[in-house]
Amino acid sequence: MAILVGPETSVICQGMTGRAGSYHIERAMAYGTKVVGGVRPGKGGLQHLDVPVFDTVTEAVSQTGANASIIFVPPENAAAAMIEAIEAEVPVVVCVTERVPVLDMVRVRDALEGSKTKLAGPNSQGILTPKVCKLGVMATAHERPGSIGIVSRSATLTSEVVAQTSASGLGQSTTVGIGGDPVHGVGFVECLEMFMEDPDTEGIILIGEIGGVDEEMAADYLKSVKASKPVVALVAGRHAPPERRMGHAGTLTLFGRADANQKIKALRSAGVQIAPNSHQVAETMRQSLST
Amino acid sequence: MNLHEYQAKDLLAGFGIPLPVGDVAQSSSAAQNVARRLPGERYVVKAQVHAGGRGRAGGVRIVTSVAEVRQAAEELLGQTLVTDQTGPEGRTVRAVYVEEAIDSERDIYVAVLVDRESGKLALLGARQGGEDIEERTAEKPATVQTFLLKPDGAPAKGTLDAFAKKIGLTGRLTAKAATLFEGLISAFLKNDASLIEINPLAVTAGNELVALDVKMVIDDNALFRHPEMKNFQDRDELDPVELKAQENEINFVRMDGNIGVVVNGAGLALATHDMLSDLGGVPANFMDIRTTATSLDIAAGFDLLLSNPNVSAVLVNVHGGGMQRCDTIAEGIGISMKRNDRLVPIVVRFAGNNADYGHTLLRNYGISYTVAQDMGDAVERAVTLVRPEAA
Repeated sequence: MAILVGPETSVICQGMTGRAGSYHIERAMAYGTKVVGGVRPGKGGLQHLDVPVFDTVTEAVSQTGANASIIFVPPENAAAAMIEAIEAEVPVVVCVTERVPVLDMVRVRDALEGSKTKLAGPNSQGILTPKVCKLGVMATAHERPGSIGIVSRSATLTSEVVAQTSASGLGQSTTVGIGGDPVHGVGFVECLEMFMEDPDTEGIILIGEIGGVDEEMAADYLKSVKASKPVVALVAGRHAPPERRMGHAGTLTLFGRADANQKIKALRSAGVQIAPNSHQVAETMRQSLST
Repeated sequence: MNLHEYQAKDLLAGFGIPLPVGDVAQSSSAAQNVARRLPGERYVVKAQVHAGGRGRAGGVRIVTSVAEVRQAAEELLGQTLVTDQTGPEGRTVRAVYVEEAIDSERDIYVAVLVDRESGKLALLGARQGGEDIEERTAEKPATVQTFLLKPDGAPAKGTLDAFAKKIGLTGRLTAKAATLFEGLISAFLKNDASLIEINPLAVTAGNELVALDVKMVIDDNALFRHPEMKNFQDRDELDPVELKAQENEINFVRMDGNIGVVVNGAGLALATHDMLSDLGGVPANFMDIRTTATSLDIAAGFDLLLSNPNVSAVLVNVHGGGMQRCDTIAEGIGISMKRNDRLVPIVVRFAGNNADYGHTLLRNYGISYTVAQDMGDAVERAVTLVRPEAA
């Protein structure tokens, strides 16, 4: 079953005719992802990579029946592209674009409220259900179909943990990159909820880092439900260089919640097993599963 | 991008925020000239550096004559100011802000920022502002009031009035505060800020509000919308090495250890530092090669690393992804090693996309290095290399 993307996923790409879009969509197609169309205003009616290009998302969805979109639109127009996909009620959207202005993301979050869309990103490597569907830009060499759900703020650490879980025989049900930006679409909590419901997922690995509040929100959530599956977390940045800062407010809103050790403490108190380092994440999961 | 106080005040003046009269000066005679034009007989001379905590560090002087303004400016300009936010190396003062002194009966705290938990704009306020607000809030978070805003701007006046009352602004002050909040939110949205903080916001004996100190940060990702801010960046405030790295699509932070670190991706870089530190290693730098960096960018980044005389070993930990492959990074390292006359032991761990090709490239460049099998192995080898007995 996996979560978010599976055999039934059919994909359109917003910004497919650009260099990055073309490159990654070609690879996604080669992986076996069902790509049914692209969107590029002004290029509707053309064919690109053997699929039709449309002017708008609504048109692309109604013509192709797509139920997922991946966005490679430059930062200037990325928010408009995300909002267009949300308004067209595309169920699953990945935004790969980096450096989207934070106020634009505030507007996107507003559009997401009460919508039918689950957005991963921006600045996300995407969503991968091994050997079935790649809605993203991640390298695919070490992934194996399996039982571990991975949700992460970091693309390279995901690759690291994917390789480990494959080597240890566990494999992955789905991996989700929620992106490293301060304001983003789905967070740890929504992904934990989906993985808890997913019959294919037996354990969940959460890859966090310093900054933000996603880890604390995950801890609060896990305390509020009875977790039916083991959750292992890696929180990177215990020895991070001290951050330059200005003023007090950044710390104020977080109420001191950004420090790696505090995040670890919060997660541990919610019953999460903490991986001692990024090299022993799969091992920690194996131990959790066998107890 | 951090703004100086004088830049922020300049911007906020256009949004109706009440401010003391003042101007910036780069020399003591200019400071004296500014003071001559100011109302009143008491002046404040403030060091312009990108850091809070200036008052406690002696960077803010209150004086009572134009001559004393000159003297204060002379003392501050060129001085290295060390505050609790600058780190031990401090910041050189290159400009001062001279303004009329305002007597505050009461110091309030007000800020607008993006709240990461809700993904919304938030208006923050506290009855008691001042430099120690952070410590007080850590003990008692409830002292700060938060109001979440719609993304399109300020809420109705009545709502803002209610917020003003919550932070103790009653009577005539309520409406004045509501107008100030409106201006602040509008300034935030129009300038693509990620933080505006007024601390303190003074309540005067005459029942006026005056923004005594302002901190403002602009979202770097939105600078493409603000060509007018091009000249706001104070390059003197930035580390030249880090700036050079930024220009080459690399996030770089100088640290004081002896192991040079090369990693792609911030998360993996943080995790590598954690493992190094756990084994007693001390990194000489933090390096996160962005997905957009070319081999020439990476070579420039590696040059920066090699230019640090403290580096006695280099740890390369790269997990090639869909966007940044091992061979690109190998090529960058190769180019840099060829043009730098520096022999330093290198441990390389390549995984993921084009790992084998990366090793082939490094060998073709004639570089001798140690191959590590995995991340744990790589970190252990790097730490062993810098142990005294290994030398």
